[in-house]
Amino acid sequence: MTGPEVVFTLLGVVAVGSGIMVVTTRQLVHAALWLVVSFGALAGGYLVLTAEFVAWVQVLIYVGAVVVLLLFGIMLTRAPIGESEDLDSGNRWVALGVALATAGVLVTVLVMGFRDAYTPLKGDQGAAEGLGASIFRTWVLPFEVLSVLLLAALVGAIVLSRSDIGPQDPASGNGKGNR
Amino acid sequence: MHLAYPAVVSALLFSIGVYGVLARRNAILVLMSVELMLNAVNLNLVAFDVHWRDRLHGGQVLTLFTIVIAAAEVGLGLAIVLLVYRNRRMIDVDRLRTLAEDGTNGNAAGERPDADARHGAEVSSS
Repeated sequence: MTGPEVVFTLLGVVAVGSGIMVVTTRQLVHAALWLVVSFGALAGGYLVLTAEFVAWVQVLIYVGAVVVLLLFGIMLTRAPIGESEDLDSGNRWVALGVALATAGVLVTVLVMGFRDAYTPLKGDQGAAEGLGASIFRTWVLPFEVLSVLLLAALVGAIVLSRSDIGPQDPASGNGKGNR
Repeated sequence: MHLAYPAVVSALLFSIGVYGVLARRNAILVLMSVELMLNAVNLNLVAFDVHWRDRLHGGQVLTLFTIVIAAAEVGLGLAIVLLVYRNRRMIDVDRLRTLAEDGTNGNAAGERPDADARHGAEVSSS
């Protein structure tokens, strides 16, 4: 094992372990905070893989925005702060079987397929300069389409979460079931 | 670096996300598990982009696009979850069985979006 492999293995252990904590912890807020640890470890993994721009975007958007959004969701649904007993549904053993089967198949196939694939890590693949030039030269059409999609999603989220528009009066009869 | 390391880590993260989506009851925890699965895909994309040394940076650009789509997805998903909470007073995905075919299993009478619950929800939110 070389140095980057050791660092990546440690970061991978942290990411997978905190991911397991996300799906097994009994406290909702702790799940969101373990998600921060998992995303941070993955950002470190991107740095080891020389994808530095993706690593910083991961830190900015996932750790900075998505987790805060999830915490706001936990707060607005008035989740209990302490331990709650019924966070797992009744089919958790079936889910565990499915997840173990998925892990077995994927790990077996990937290890068999890429056992000998070796990647030399040089520091010029993930720099912001080449990535930005590639986005705005080759991939500019998907970029623009994605910006329109993001705008539509934000407008949709605003429309969904406002309560003063849409069917107004529940007593008038035609307001129910319209949404 | 051998390519097996990021591939195995991403496969394990994806399996954890599958378990979370199937086993969790709270809708926000299901959204968190979906985020874990998307991150596994991102790690795979970055690893293979670095491995093939793509001159167009296709994998990393697609990773950025996936991150943006995940942000949009979690925004819309949380808006829908909040709407469900405003109407039903709970967000347990295995008890939201109004669209199920039998409609009998685990659907208590108090969870119907009848006029009283809606009225109370709108009064309390205004």
